[in-house]
Amino acid sequence: MARRRVERARNGSFRLHLPVEERAVLRSVVGQLRELVVDDADADLRRLYPTAYANDPAADAEFRAFVHDDLVARRLEAIDTVTATIDEEHLDEDQLGAWMGVVNDLRLVLGTRLDISEELDLNAVADDDPEVATFALYSYLSWLLEQMVEAINPR
Amino acid sequence: MSTAPAQVEKPVDENALEPDRPWVVIVWNDPINLMSYVTWVFQKLFGYSLEKATSLMLDVHHKGRAVVSNGTREKAELDVFRLHEYRLWATMEQDV
Repeated sequence: MARRRVERARNGSFRLHLPVEERAVLRSVVGQLRELVVDDADADLRRLYPTAYANDPAADAEFRAFVHDDLVARRLEAIDTVTATIDEEHLDEDQLGAWMGVVNDLRLVLGTRLDISEELDLNAVADDDPEVATFALYSYLSWLLEQMVEAINPR
Repeated sequence: MSTAPAQVEKPVDENALEPDRPWVVIVWNDPINLMSYVTWVFQKLFGYSLEKATSLMLDVHHKGRAVVSNGTREKAELDVFRLHEYRLWATMEQDV
């Protein structure tokens, strides 16, 4: 396995060992995510704003109207934190939390686009699948998030 | 995972008759959120121990859903909002 990308440092901060190529990819996809969140129209965003009242559409619409702008604002705040710290070697816990949220937002949007299911074996995606690059990005982001969780929440 | 919340028909005035029944907050299994991430969110938001958070996460994973908190409608709405903020698939309903 490749070198760990995220580690807890002795002083309580978190060390990011991200190669420049990975930072460039992240900068690009986080920029694209920001546009999607600002436009707030893409169907693949639906997993970012789940249903609250599964049995009551009227109550759900009311809840959604109440919280939606807040959720959008918090997502944009996290995206801006990641963009501002994209070249950093160290993150504090709040900044790492923002990174985790943004990486997961990307996974939710890509996973929705790819129609990810429990049964899907990411290692079995064919090399000539038209979405092979997107599957690879999704796998990379999952790997990165797993390391972030391990760093912030050691067992 | 990918178990969608089921649509259940209920009489319209059911809630009005029993306003004091507690509300439950349910987290649903989904194929995207990582098991370790879900466990961490339960610990962070609700202060649950690793054991309790892991057990709830496994319920979500294996049974398709788990009740993670309960209380008044206002408390349930706040918990759902916080879970949505952390991108989990959470709904609320009045306990039966």
